[in-house]
Amino acid sequence: MLAWTIYLSFAGALVQALLPKGRNALARWLALAVAVAGLVLAVGGFAAGMGQGRMVIVDLPWVPAMGIHYLLAADGISRVLVLLTGLAAVAGVLFSWNIELRTNEFFAFFLALIGGVYGVFLSFDLFLLFVFYEIAIVPKYFLISIWGSTRREYAAMKLALYSFVGSSMVLIGLLAAYATSGSHSTGLIALAHASLPVSFQMWAFPLVFTGFAILAGMWPFHTWAPTGHVAAPTGASMLLAGVVMKLGAYGCLRVAMSLFPRGLDPWGFSYIGIGSWRDVFAVLAVIGIVYGALVALVQTDFKFVIGYSSVSHMGFVLLGLMTLNQIGVTGAVMQMFSHGILAGLLFAIVGRIVYERTHTRQLAELEALHLSRRLPFAAWAFVIAGMASMGLPGFSGFVAELQVLVGAWKVQPWWTAAAGVGIVVGVAYTWRALQKAFFSDVRVTPDDHPRTGWHDLGAITWPEYTGVALLVGVSLFVGLYPRILLDTIEPAVKALLAGGGQ
Amino acid sequence: MSGFPILTLLTVLPLVGAAIALFSGKHARAVALITAICGLALALVVWTQLPPDGSIGLIEKAAWAPSLGIEYHLGVDGLGALMLVLSAIVTLMSVDAAHRVHHQPGLYFGLVLLLESGLFGSFTALNFFHWFLFWELSLIPAFFLIKLWGGPRRGPAATQFFVYTMAGSVVLLVCFLAVFLSTGSMDFGHLTQMASTGALDRAVTAHLGPVTLWLAIGVLAGFAVKVPMAPFHTWLPAAYAEAPSPVTMLLTGAMSKMGVYGLLRIAIPLFGHQIAQIRTPLLVLAVVTVVMGAWAAAAQKDLKRIFAYSSVNHLGYCLLGIFAIAIPASGASAVASQAAALNGVILQMFNHGLSAAALFWFVSMMQTRTGGPRGIDDFGGLRKPAPVLAGLMGIALFSSLGLPGLNGFVGEFLVFRGVFSLAWVAASISILGLLVSAVVILTVIQKVFTGPVPEHCAAFPDLNHGERMALAPVIGLMFLLGILPQLVVETVNPTVINLLAHWRF
Amino acid sequence: MNYADLFRVTLPEFALEIAALLVLVVDLAFLRKAAYKLRIVVAALLGVAGCAAAAWAVLQQGSGGLSFPASHELLLATGGFTAVAQTGILTLTALTLFLLIDSEFTRHVGEYVAVVLMAASGGLLIAGAQDLLLIFIGLELLSLGLYILTAFAKSSGKSAEAAMKYYLFGGMSAAFLLFGFSYLYGISGSTNLHQILLAANGIRGQQAAPLLYVAIVLIAAGLGFKVAAVPFHLWAPDTYEGAPAPAAAFIASVSKVASFALLISICTAALHVFDRSASFVGATVQLSTATQPVFPGFRVPWSLVLTLFAAGSMALGNLAALVQISVRRLLAYSAIAHAGYILLGLAFFSYSPRSAGAVLYYVLTYGLTTIGAFGVVAVVERATGSDRLDAFLGLHKRSPLLAAVLLVLFLSLAGIPPLVGFWAKFNLFATVLGVSAGPVPFALVALAVGLSAVSLYYYLQVLKRAYVMPAVDETPIKAHPVTLAVLVLIAAAVVALGCFPALLGNWIGSFSPMM
Repeated sequence: MLAWTIYLSFAGALVQALLPKGRNALARWLALAVAVAGLVLAVGGFAAGMGQGRMVIVDLPWVPAMGIHYLLAADGISRVLVLLTGLAAVAGVLFSWNIELRTNEFFAFFLALIGGVYGVFLSFDLFLLFVFYEIAIVPKYFLISIWGSTRREYAAMKLALYSFVGSSMVLIGLLAAYATSGSHSTGLIALAHASLPVSFQMWAFPLVFTGFAILAGMWPFHTWAPTGHVAAPTGASMLLAGVVMKLGAYGCLRVAMSLFPRGLDPWGFSYIGIGSWRDVFAVLAVIGIVYGALVALVQTDFKFVIGYSSVSHMGFVLLGLMTLNQIGVTGAVMQMFSHGILAGLLFAIVGRIVYERTHTRQLAELEALHLSRRLPFAAWAFVIAGMASMGLPGFSGFVAELQVLVGAWKVQPWWTAAAGVGIVVGVAYTWRALQKAFFSDVRVTPDDHPRTGWHDLGAITWPEYTGVALLVGVSLFVGLYPRILLDTIEPAVKALLAGGGQ
Repeated sequence: MSGFPILTLLTVLPLVGAAIALFSGKHARAVALITAICGLALALVVWTQLPPDGSIGLIEKAAWAPSLGIEYHLGVDGLGALMLVLSAIVTLMSVDAAHRVHHQPGLYFGLVLLLESGLFGSFTALNFFHWFLFWELSLIPAFFLIKLWGGPRRGPAATQFFVYTMAGSVVLLVCFLAVFLSTGSMDFGHLTQMASTGALDRAVTAHLGPVTLWLAIGVLAGFAVKVPMAPFHTWLPAAYAEAPSPVTMLLTGAMSKMGVYGLLRIAIPLFGHQIAQIRTPLLVLAVVTVVMGAWAAAAQKDLKRIFAYSSVNHLGYCLLGIFAIAIPASGASAVASQAAALNGVILQMFNHGLSAAALFWFVSMMQTRTGGPRGIDDFGGLRKPAPVLAGLMGIALFSSLGLPGLNGFVGEFLVFRGVFSLAWVAASISILGLLVSAVVILTVIQKVFTGPVPEHCAAFPDLNHGERMALAPVIGLMFLLGILPQLVVETVNPTVINLLAHWRF
Repeated sequence: MNYADLFRVTLPEFALEIAALLVLVVDLAFLRKAAYKLRIVVAALLGVAGCAAAAWAVLQQGSGGLSFPASHELLLATGGFTAVAQTGILTLTALTLFLLIDSEFTRHVGEYVAVVLMAASGGLLIAGAQDLLLIFIGLELLSLGLYILTAFAKSSGKSAEAAMKYYLFGGMSAAFLLFGFSYLYGISGSTNLHQILLAANGIRGQQAAPLLYVAIVLIAAGLGFKVAAVPFHLWAPDTYEGAPAPAAAFIASVSKVASFALLISICTAALHVFDRSASFVGATVQLSTATQPVFPGFRVPWSLVLTLFAAGSMALGNLAALVQISVRRLLAYSAIAHAGYILLGLAFFSYSPRSAGAVLYYVLTYGLTTIGAFGVVAVVERATGSDRLDAFLGLHKRSPLLAAVLLVLFLSLAGIPPLVGFWAKFNLFATVLGVSAGPVPFALVALAVGLSAVSLYYYLQVLKRAYVMPAVDETPIKAHPVTLAVLVLIAAAVVALGCFPALLGNWIGSFSPMM
């Protein structure tokens, strides 16, 4: 069933590309229909997979000569991330409702990207996974460069090249693993069981991990993320931060860590407390958490705040992965889901609800607009999203970050301590943005009702209401009832950590 | 325990009310009133359903996120139930008082009800996660209530409030994370059990080294911000003064009790032994809070600030009582003193909530009549133009002062009765605070109600019919509890005995 | 050897030559007064028919070839991978002929088609030749045809300039090649590849080694020129820029396929020498050290030269392409880069069908994609009069179909899945790593993969103008329906072969002589 999410999205993209020009309404509804159908399938697959382990969906020989299979399967992690993709797709379409320029092409690229993302999350053949991973690169480029804003061509090119360089590193590792294993298969399970030589894993792991982590926004390879997010049109930033960064993290987990587990072993010597690749990446993750948060604290562009916050939050994912323990990795997957929802929500508010009406993202200019009165919906949506993003209990972020911190504590307490600093700074920058953008100090007295200019910002439209409600609802639901995801993630993580992903 | 999840219902009710209020525009106050009345009714039901032996009843338990030790675990004893009743009463008063919210009433009452839900949730939670969730939930609406409906300097006030309480929350979270990492549990009951045998200390020491004392200090600090205790109190006057009076009622009447409640439910049970070790400095801080609060109140001109500092002073008694009992009990008389002090603390929590809320309500009424000014010198001789107002407010003031026959007396008396035998020096110095506090209250009475009537106060309208009707039950309750304190004590005392039995100093 | 055998073996070449003569005759004798369009269509269709006949003949031939009866030395191979290369050459030739239909750079269409077919027959010869003389004849046949084709736009100064450069460089490289061949003959006393290489590997004495090195370098220079490998690539940008588009497409595709087929022959022969005594799979490195303790023979220096060519071509091609503003020059540098990747596959070659299969797969699909790319460039050039990057501005508005084809082809060249270019690269690199372990091949593959990431930049430069940047001129671009059909077909093939890589892979594999 889940496989149809892929086919449906690509079919939708193709139909969109062939739509005659000017049928914008049709294009929108079609995109929404495809996205909703994908979400329904994802939810169905999620529900059907509860309590199940890894389920093979399709297994066909693709290139028999090289042992490449068209192997789609889903375990708990996949199902959760597919669900996330479905949600992000629906929300992304809703917040792209106002695209008037080349609408059908926009949704064609959008759905192609979604299809690629679904594909990555469901592939259990390394080659297939890589194919889908790269498919996702090109639509991103066009989405940003055609429909983007600030320095869009630069940002799009940067994003495309970073992604492509990252995927090149992955490809090198993939080729090397394939050649070294001699197992004549590119199946993830088969390769994981090939017990590659430790010396090989020692260099292949950092290569592949870094390759994927570039897309996950790992410091210092994160610089594509803020510029890309800022330049992208809202729907695309939602996807970028929401699911595309998750592709990287997912690749780190599914490919780098499960194929080269021994690459995480200690080197046998240590320098300033760093004695293995695990330490290296954990430290980079922690730096990313703190650095992203600190940089977000001093941004003058509202969207850049969110952009850097993504870097910070994705640091938690990477840190969680590097804990290598049940709770930390589970937390990382939870954080992927949580950040996917929340980043989408934040970008939607900043990029669509606010920017499309005010045409400025400068905090200094927004301060003068008294948005909390003129766009109360945006203000309160941002309050909720911001609270969720700063990790307040009751929202998805809290459980996720807590698990990561607990997991990290068990390995290296100072990771937790440093990441905790990141959380505190996270509260600060979210709060600063909130204050400046929406609740700047303006007297609200009964005779000070802003009658003038009340209408020029335009009313909130139904797709915006729906999208915000969807994302807030999901974040709240997951925050209040985390077991709905944890019960699915935990067995999968357990199996993955036990080795071989079996 | 009853099969009906009444505590869940109690917590969810304001949430539902908040959602309805948010979209009901002008009718939001009516919605909020109905919700608050229903909440009070439910809280009273809870009060009657308590187990007679003072243990925790009405337990609801369900798995939530087992890997993190998170459970859905609710339950109340006398302490919790009393706080529920107090929160419900104060919320009702606050909603009643807020009849002049013109700006976005839906949002205002939605936030108030959200705050009530946060109060209910944190007074019933028995798992840290759950408790923390509602603790934070109450913070957010409070922030926005100050930020959006506050006075002229509300921006900095709200910021200060937010930063202080958030910092406190972070410290609490970190400390609990450490406890969880050491013990693998977030359940208050389980942790109390561990603490009473010393296992908690051992687990923490084993996992993290000898940091239990620091954890205790961290947790204390987290709660001290909320109460507030000197030197963490500086956010309070600004916040209380700038917040609209109905919100101040909530802040002082109910939210400050969250801090005291946290000390009793979490800090003392888990870290009683460590707190006993640092009892002397803590007592010093409590005494400072008492005396400083009173002196500071004496120096103010703004009625709201006066009552704000007076609140600091009154909550100082609670702190005094709590820290005083943190000593290994030797002999029956010491145990009796501890029980007396603890009873006093709990009663004081309730009484202060009631009187302080009432006082700010009166300030609110006076302010609507003057159109803004609320300095102590802006009034005079109100006894003549507005005798009912003066009389009723006088009762509330005397209740706050601790006049025998009114509710305030019993709590303070019991606190001092206990503290004198446990820590007589602290008690003696605190008497000073009591005296100054009396001077402050009397000064207010003198300046506002007596003396010549200034021109602008000549036509000061008295309380109208509706206001009298609304105030009557509150004033009645003050008399009732002053005369028949056993109404509360009967239920609280078993809880106190039960609590003391589980604590280890 | 008798003439019947000769005729049987060279039947495809014969078919092409007959078609070439037929085209000339029909065009000159019957269609002198006919409309230009009709002449083009008839000439192109006759040429395509000739290619089809030749392809039929190729596929009819069994594995084997023409040998000298006395020595059993193979002169011209048929079947096997030769058949694959020849079929590819014929298919690509046919496609370039289709592109001719929409062009008007010359009035001498009959001659043009005839020259194309003759050059293609030279390509067929090279693909099968196993003898130095035959190789040289084939190369010259092909090259002379290419010089003429380059110069065919007689009214264009650029065309003449390009042809002159190409001719001068080509002539010199042919001289190098011949010089090298003569050394080889001098060393070994034979003109047969297998004999020569056997002899080369048998040389133990130190005195002959420098001579062999010189020969290898000279030959590599000659062949490097044909495949436009750095440092013998200088002609490529000018020629690609100046030649008429169909001719440039022909040079970029057919000539490449033929030359790489020749390189495959040489590499295979070089390994064949060892593998008569040993099993062939994946044992090349050990064999060469085990059997040649003193003198590395032909194989190791040959690999070294090819490695240098490969690294240089990949690096320079990709980097120089970054700064091009002419799309044709950009394609030329990209061709150099792709030649580098392929040379990597040849430098780390194994006698197993895997290596040859991977190289052929790459070069065939590359040729296909390049023809499509030149087709699009030709259409745009006719409409805008320029092949500058800016000529592509707003292509998606002016011709959505053309833009879509361009998107598919360029992304395939960049190696984005699921297009065939990705699979070809993956297959080639996996083969390289599969047949030779060690840090050197790995480093080179890493370099290749890294540089192909760089290549995305310049391909996106074109696509950016086609899709992203605003159009200056929004008049629709019209293209001949046949051209469009061919381009769409090519794009569809690129997608289909990318999605189902096993199709072409299995087809190539079915010709494997080892199966």
